[in-house]
Amino acid sequence: MRPTSEADLSEAIRQAAGPFALRGGGTRGRVAAGDLLDLSGLCGISLYEPGALTLVAGAGTPLAEVQAALLAEGQRLPFEPPDLRALLRRQGVSTLGGVAAANASGPRRVQAGAARDFMIGLRLVDGTGQVVKSGGRVMKNVTGLDLVKLMAGAHGTLGVLSEVAFKVLPSPETCASLCLHGLSPAQAVTAMSAALGSPFEISGAAHLTRAGETHVRIEGFAASVIYRVQRLQALLAPHAAEITISDDPGALWQGIRDVTALCGHDGDIWRLSVQPSSAPGIARRLPDGSHSLLDWGGGLIWALVPAGVDLRAHLGQVRGHASLMRSASALPLFPPEPPEVATLCAALRARFDPKSLFNRGLMA
Amino acid sequence: MQMPPVSAQILNSRPALLAALAAVLPDGGLISDPVELKAYECDGLSAYRCPPLAVTLPRTTAEVAAILKTCHALGVPVVPRGAGTSLAGGALPTADCVILGVARLTRVIEVNLPDRFIHVETGRTNLSVTGAVEGEGFFYAPDPSSQIACAIAGNIAMNSGGAHCLKYGVTTNNLLGVRMVLMDGTEVTLGGPVADAGGLDLMGVICGSEGQLAVVTEAWLRILPKPEGARPVLMGFDASEVAGACVADIIKAGVLPVAIEFMDRLAITACEAFAHAGYPDCAALLIIEVEGSPTEIDDQLARIRTIAARHAPAAYRESTSEADATRIWLGRKSAFGAMGQMGDYMCLDGTIPVSALPLVLRRIGEMSAEFGLRVANVFHAGDGNMHPLILYDANKPGDLALCEAFGAAILTLCVDVGGCLTGEHGVGVEKRDLMAVQFSPADLEAQMRVKDVFDPGWLLNPAKVFPLAASAGRRSG
Repeated sequence: MRPTSEADLSEAIRQAAGPFALRGGGTRGRVAAGDLLDLSGLCGISLYEPGALTLVAGAGTPLAEVQAALLAEGQRLPFEPPDLRALLRRQGVSTLGGVAAANASGPRRVQAGAARDFMIGLRLVDGTGQVVKSGGRVMKNVTGLDLVKLMAGAHGTLGVLSEVAFKVLPSPETCASLCLHGLSPAQAVTAMSAALGSPFEISGAAHLTRAGETHVRIEGFAASVIYRVQRLQALLAPHAAEITISDDPGALWQGIRDVTALCGHDGDIWRLSVQPSSAPGIARRLPDGSHSLLDWGGGLIWALVPAGVDLRAHLGQVRGHASLMRSASALPLFPPEPPEVATLCAALRARFDPKSLFNRGLMA
Repeated sequence: MQMPPVSAQILNSRPALLAALAAVLPDGGLISDPVELKAYECDGLSAYRCPPLAVTLPRTTAEVAAILKTCHALGVPVVPRGAGTSLAGGALPTADCVILGVARLTRVIEVNLPDRFIHVETGRTNLSVTGAVEGEGFFYAPDPSSQIACAIAGNIAMNSGGAHCLKYGVTTNNLLGVRMVLMDGTEVTLGGPVADAGGLDLMGVICGSEGQLAVVTEAWLRILPKPEGARPVLMGFDASEVAGACVADIIKAGVLPVAIEFMDRLAITACEAFAHAGYPDCAALLIIEVEGSPTEIDDQLARIRTIAARHAPAAYRESTSEADATRIWLGRKSAFGAMGQMGDYMCLDGTIPVSALPLVLRRIGEMSAEFGLRVANVFHAGDGNMHPLILYDANKPGDLALCEAFGAAILTLCVDVGGCLTGEHGVGVEKRDLMAVQFSPADLEAQMRVKDVFDPGWLLNPAKVFPLAASAGRRSG
């Protein structure tokens, strides 16, 4: 089914008995069992005010279309949504609603925040077919409960997003990236923490384990970037014998964003959200044959792990959580929840989607 | 302002309730003396007052859980309270409620600079969170103007912002995790010192839930390295439309100031008379602050100067020293005090799309004449969060009601142009009955469903946020 309006979507859900597998562009989440509900028909940018840093679009609007509109005004989605098609072996066209539903955020998460931090409003259709709006189109809004955050990262399990409003930001004039060579993961995290703890507004800090490269990104006006690069070189000099300036920071960070270092290999893809200082120890304890990279200054570990290994069981108690992004196994995709949290989540699902229509079994 | 009828049954069983609360608070922390209870009869919205049945001031999360469990078992409503600085009546008691204050939960549990977070108990004040880390060059970004007094618990409840949120975001953008207690006494931890939720982002809906869902006792907060420096520039314009256009041009040019504050003529005049900050006599004034090293600041101010020049400012003053910067901010920061000298006032908090600024200011001016009440506009211009201050005379019969009607008309206008009722103060009781202006019954139903999940008996801070008529069936159930 491919509704082309919110009203059609509402009607379809009202009449539905069986479960739906929600799909924006099919580039991110695993598609659940059920009738395909293709949301690419809910498309189009309905409002874009560059002076107000606000963009509103249908949930099925291609991400590329949004990015092109923003680019024309020198603006961008600051949370840098990754393109995970190669990593997850998917095809298709990423949509804005998919980005919102997955709370998909890239390397700039350390500085700017996640997708959810830029979502200022949305409309959805709940499991009874009822249209609900939350938030709005202004960037400061505390009116009523913040269902926007609840829907961000809910993977459609509480309702089908029909429209999303984002706060956007100006693109910087210049970008530069420093590369520290030859650091161990532990040394890399220490260096990245020093950089991220400096006043130089680091917009990316990642460690490519196999290449032995640690990258630190700075963005802003040209004069400012030049100044900050100099200051950072001095700050980081004690951490690395060799520090170079990357010649194509755009391509470099696109590769980090899209996790290309782990593409093209068989195995399972895991994504671990952890405390940066614990990342080196966790990376060291990955099963034999694993390969990882650290983003977000160590706060995010992308790991390629031999197929079928239950990484959660393997690592034991870790402060943080592990999501399974690509696997042929039956392991749960999302981390287990403590019973009291699981109870709340189940009760929310029962109220928003009483017939359990949306992505049944995907999250719980 | 209407509140639900007080439960005679609860009032009659007060001795048993006090005994039960005393039993779970063996180390003290129960206030039942009528004179002491008076201190808790209102919050920052002091027009409405009502002493509670009792006040509890627990020292641990376990005590919070015990109090909630006790009240839950007896069917007694609980009103959570941070520091009592809410401007929306979020901590306003009812005569049949128990206040649960977090004022004694003030510990710093962990400071972790390499991982850039602080773990605190939520009775700690906003400013003292920064105080715990500023010696190492860090700060906690959200900075509501009450930050010297307001508690993190209240910041989380109201999703507080502040003057610098244009760059750093509001509370929800700086909150990593919470430990909280549900009305039935269940302790729940959401998030923690790592980025993003693994499953549903329950913490995202806790933040800003105005004490409707749980009592938050601990929080993991993101801390940021302090900028090298900051400097404001002040500029005056002959028309507020021009000031608004200048703001839009600055933002479009890619300069992202840390703050953009707007004041209109009445606000300027009042602040100048009060603080003598050297403000120019003009229709609209902007204070724009940028951050960075001295040369970075010079660079950004040069860009702003070029843009401003296109709008022919009537006045333009860049601060050249710390004293100068303090003086520029002095007037703005004393705006509320200055307005207080001119009479009683009501402070509104609607947000509008910044493009609607000229229209909204013109309509507010027209309505001011219609209602016969003066209004001064102070405004976080970068994000469209308005603070119209309506002047009235509390001693004049009918003036408060007239002021409330004017306020409702302004907030309705904010919604009509695409904005919202409240940008950072919260709904509380103040805007409760205006919610239907912004939300459809289905929108409100969806929000109330969330409360049903966390607080099925509707005992936690009831009769707030949702219009009384909308929540009536649930509260009586």
